[in-house]
Amino acid sequence: MIPACRLADLPRGEAFRLDIDPAVSVFHTDDGEVFAIDDTCTHQDASLADGWLEGCEVECPLHASKFDLRTGAVDSPPAKLPVRTHEVVIDDGMIYVRVSTDAPNLPPCVAARLAGGPA
Amino acid sequence: MRTVAVVGASLAGLSAARSLRKQGYDGRLVVIGDEAHRPYDRPPLSKEFLAGTLGEADLGLETDGEDLGAEWLLGTRATGLDRTDRSVRLADGQAVRADGVVIATGAAARTLPGADGLSGVHTLRTLDDARALRDELARGGRLVVIGGGFIGAEVASTAYALGLDVTVIEAAPTPLAGPLGETMGAVVSGLHTDHGVRLLCGVGVKGLSGERQVEAVLLDDGRSVPADIVVVGVGARPCVEWLDGSGVVLDNGVKCGADGRSSLAGVVAVGDCANWYDPRAGVHRRVEHWTGAVERPAAAVAALLAGGAVEPGVPRPPYFWSDQYGVKIQFAGFAGVADSVTVEEGAVGDRNVLAVYRRGGEPVAVLGMNQPRLFVRWRKQLALPVVR
Repeated sequence: MIPACRLADLPRGEAFRLDIDPAVSVFHTDDGEVFAIDDTCTHQDASLADGWLEGCEVECPLHASKFDLRTGAVDSPPAKLPVRTHEVVIDDGMIYVRVSTDAPNLPPCVAARLAGGPA
Repeated sequence: MRTVAVVGASLAGLSAARSLRKQGYDGRLVVIGDEAHRPYDRPPLSKEFLAGTLGEADLGLETDGEDLGAEWLLGTRATGLDRTDRSVRLADGQAVRADGVVIATGAAARTLPGADGLSGVHTLRTLDDARALRDELARGGRLVVIGGGFIGAEVASTAYALGLDVTVIEAAPTPLAGPLGETMGAVVSGLHTDHGVRLLCGVGVKGLSGERQVEAVLLDDGRSVPADIVVVGVGARPCVEWLDGSGVVLDNGVKCGADGRSSLAGVVAVGDCANWYDPRAGVHRRVEHWTGAVERPAAAVAALLAGGAVEPGVPRPPYFWSDQYGVKIQFAGFAGVADSVTVEEGAVGDRNVLAVYRRGGEPVAVLGMNQPRLFVRWRKQLALPVVR
């Protein structure tokens, strides 16, 4: 499990990006729930932590794809593939993330960079 | 309702078909498209697709295994709508009788009079347009873009990156002044000159010269700009001629209420062809943005299925983006109503800036250049209900 941040330091409606590779973001919803999903939109290289959080959904800051924080599913195009969801554990006020072992759905440009190819 | 016909198989049409199924409509669904292609995404056509970094398979809008249970009539243009039984007449002689009709026929690129038949002259709207232009750009040469709007600017940016010699001609004194206002229009269009792309403003185009192949663009002031390739990016007109005589009231596209309902019962319109009433401003607005084509069909479909018995929500302020010369440009709201624009973050000279447009001190629009995080925060604020 990877420690993210303290719950008290993450106000409702805000997100915290964990700078691991690929990045994971923790969202604190207006209803007080905490979710973790992949930070990178599956369509193009954009940080979902910078996106528009509304209910249990985050909208990509660039092209408005929407992802369900509970399932990772795409609710609105242009993205077509889901993001991974990650288990969140809150212990003694600290948010921890257990990163999924599934393969991430990274956008083509980011996948190429991680593979060591041209960005 | 037993049959709903969606006329138009692009983003707005697909979004309407999805909304119909999502909202529980389980009857016959017919999607009619004049292009032969399955629904595809147009924004990359002037950017990654034109540059060759994105292929045709990447453009598809449908997800793997998505099945809307629809009959797809593709490569078939709608030619008329019969108001008595809501039959959509098709160019191949067929007719689709429907209980509900969603008009999503989009818009077509405006052309330059007298440019017909001259090779090397392009517009960019469809996948077929983009294929033709991509193949020609790959051969290199001198590109002249007529129109400094977003399509023209994106084509110029892509062609510049491909190594072409590029000139942009804009009739207005400042490109993008309509959508962005004079001040920020000048900042964003400054990206051309930053990169050595020639930008000629405040001069109209008189015509094109060349026998079979275009050779130059002739300007109103007598100048002649040599060209191997010309892209005409002078806006789009709504594709609604097929509705002439149908009884659907047309006024800059299909004139619609705040929920997308047209003047005919059982007929709604969405996307670029639809001129929706904006209850906040008290005027009709035909919005040609990608996001409108995604967001509005849900409201229009709800109105269609309920026969208008639903209160339409207030749409979010229009939002669009553009990518030019590696800069992410984002805009939301209405620049035209602003009385001031201030830089809140960054610097215009760095092309890394967040600017807020205000009217009487209230934010009405926001522009970001490479500022996605701050941009979203301001965009959310614009969407808050206006306190009167």
